[in-house]
Amino acid sequence: MSQAKIDLAQQEDSSFSLLISGDWLITKKLPSFEDTFLKIQSQPHLSNIALDCSRLGAWDSSLAAFLFRLSKECQRSGIRLVSSGLPEGLLKLLRLAESGMHREKVKSAARLSIIESLGNAVYLAARELKAFLDFLGELTVSFWQLLKGKAFMPKQDFWIKVQFCGLEALPLVSLISFLVGVILAFVAAMQLLLFGAQIFIADIVGIAMVRVMGAIMTAIIMSGRTGASFAAELGLMQVNEEIDALKTMGISAMQFLVLPRVLALVVMMPLLTLYSNLMGILGGYVVGILMFGLNPVEYFTRTQQAVALNNLWVGIVHSFVFGLIVAISGCFKGMRCERNAAGVGKATTQAVVFAITSIVIATAIITYLCHLLKV
Amino acid sequence: MVTLNEDKNTVIRVKDLSVGYQDSVILHDISFEVPKGEVFVIMGGSGCGKTTLLKTIIGLIAPVKGKVFFGKNDFWGIGPEEQIGIMRTFGVLYQGAALWSSLTIEENVALPLQMFTNLSSQQIKEVVSLKLALVGLSGFEDFYPEQISGGMRKRAGIARAIALDPKILFLDEPTAGLDPLNARMLDDLVRQLTDVLRVTVIMVTHDLESIFAVGDEVIFLDAETKTMIASGNPKELLRNCKDSRVINFLTPRRS
Repeated sequence: MSQAKIDLAQQEDSSFSLLISGDWLITKKLPSFEDTFLKIQSQPHLSNIALDCSRLGAWDSSLAAFLFRLSKECQRSGIRLVSSGLPEGLLKLLRLAESGMHREKVKSAARLSIIESLGNAVYLAARELKAFLDFLGELTVSFWQLLKGKAFMPKQDFWIKVQFCGLEALPLVSLISFLVGVILAFVAAMQLLLFGAQIFIADIVGIAMVRVMGAIMTAIIMSGRTGASFAAELGLMQVNEEIDALKTMGISAMQFLVLPRVLALVVMMPLLTLYSNLMGILGGYVVGILMFGLNPVEYFTRTQQAVALNNLWVGIVHSFVFGLIVAISGCFKGMRCERNAAGVGKATTQAVVFAITSIVIATAIITYLCHLLKV
Repeated sequence: MVTLNEDKNTVIRVKDLSVGYQDSVILHDISFEVPKGEVFVIMGGSGCGKTTLLKTIIGLIAPVKGKVFFGKNDFWGIGPEEQIGIMRTFGVLYQGAALWSSLTIEENVALPLQMFTNLSSQQIKEVVSLKLALVGLSGFEDFYPEQISGGMRKRAGIARAIALDPKILFLDEPTAGLDPLNARMLDDLVRQLTDVLRVTVIMVTHDLESIFAVGDEVIFLDAETKTMIASGNPKELLRNCKDSRVINFLTPRRS
C-alpha cells in the first residue's frame, strides 16, 4: 500500500495538472489541503488544472472530500478544474455532493456576541420567572378546584406517590438522621465535657433536631431523591409527548401529573420530619449512653424537658415549606424540560440545585421570622 | 476499512437464526444471504420481529440460536474485539435517527472520524462537509438535532452512518414518520448512495413504495408463524408468489 500524494506539475504545453497517486483511504495519512492549495495559488498564470489519476490506487470518500473542497476553492479563485480524468465512481460521488450543495441553502445558526448573550440570558431569566409564576398560579387554581371537587386527580397515582415519598424514603431518612444525631452529640460533647455538663447533650441534640435539623436533613434527602425523580419523570414525559397527549385530550397536566406529586410530598414531608427527629434523638441517645456513660432515664427526662412544643411546631412549619419547595421545583423543572436527552439531565440538575438553594433561603427567612415573633 | 473497489460476493450470511428476548422466541430458523452492492429489504407487518432481527445482525441482541456471518467471520462466535472490528465496517441509521442531542450536526458526523481515524481537524471538516453535501444538508453544520425537521434528522443520521465509508449500511425504518415527499427523497438518496459509495444496504421497512423503489431483494417475515415465508425480488414476488399473506401485503391499496 503506497502513501497518498498530490503534486502540481507543469506540462510541456505550459498547462498545469494535479497528479493524484497512492492509496487515498480515510484511515491513512493524507496530504494537507492547505499545502496543495498554496502551491496552486503561488502560480501566477494558472487558470486551468487537469486532474491526473493514472497512478491512483485504492480510494474512498477521503479523496472525494479533498476534491470537493478543491473544487469549491478553485471556483472561488476563478480557476477551472478539469475533472474528466477522474474515475467514474468518484465523479458520481462529487456530482451528488455538488447537487446537495444547492438543494437547500440555509443560513447557519448565528453565533451570538457577548452583549447579545447577556441580553439573551436576561430575557431568558425573565421568561423563566414568568413561567414560574404561571406555574404557581395554575397550581393554586388546580388545588382550589380540587377542594371544590372539580379537579381530575387520579387517586391511585396520588397513593403511589405517597408510598414513594413516604415509606420508600424511610431507610435513607433513618440512616442520615441517626448519623446527624450522632454527629451533633459528638460535637456538643466535646465542648460540654470541659464543664462536666455532658447531660446537656440531650438538650442540644433534641432542640437542634426537632427545631430545624430534622426538617433540613429530610428536605435535602427528598430533593435529591424525590425532587430529582419528579423532574426526570415529567421531563421524559415531555420528551415522549405524553404531556401533549394530555393537553390535546383536554386533561390538565397540572391536575393529572403535578397535583398528586405536590400533595403527596407536602403530606409526607412533616411525617418524615417527625420520624427524622426521632431517629436523630436516638442517635444522640446512643452516643450519650454508650460513649459518655449518661443515665438512660435521665437522658430521656432531659430531652422531654428541653424540647418544648414550640420547637416542634417550628420544625413542622419548616417541613411543610420544604415539602412545597422540593415538589414544586421538581415538577416545574420537569414540565419545562427541553425535548431531548440532555434536557432531561439539565432539568434534573436544576430541580435539585433550585430546591436546595430555596431550602437554605427559606430556613433563613423562617429563622428570622421566629426571632421576630419570639417563638 | 473498506476500499470502494472490491470484488462482488456475499457480505452477510444468516444461518438458521432464531431471535428473541430471554425466553420468548420472536423469529425462528431464518436463513438468507445478502449479495454485495444490493439493497436488501427485510419486510413484514408490525410486530413481526423485523427490528429484533436487525438488532441481532448488528450485534445489539444475542441470538437464541443460529449464526450471522460477515464474510467468513461468525459474528457471535468471535471475541468482543473482533466483533467491534466488524461493527466498524458498517453504519446504522436507527428508527429515530438517534443523533446525539448535545452535539451539532457537524459534531455528530465528525465524532466517528475523530474516534477512529488519524485525520487532522481540518481534514475531518472536509470529510464531514462532503458527507453532509451528499445527503443534502450543507449549511446545517451548526444546527442541533432538535432544530431541524424529522426528514433532515434522518438524512443527518445517514451522513453519520456513512462517515467512515462503511461496507454495509443498515437502515431501520428510514421512511417511518416522514411525509410522502420526504420519504421518496430518502429513497432516492439511498439509491444514489448505494450507487456512488458502492455500499450494501440492509433496510427494515413496511413502506410499500420504498420496497418497490429501492429493494433489489426482499425477505418477508410473518408474525403468526414466526418465520420467513418468502424471499426474492419484490416485483417478481408480486407477480409469482402464491402466498396470500405476501400478496395482500405487497398489493397497494387506494381508496
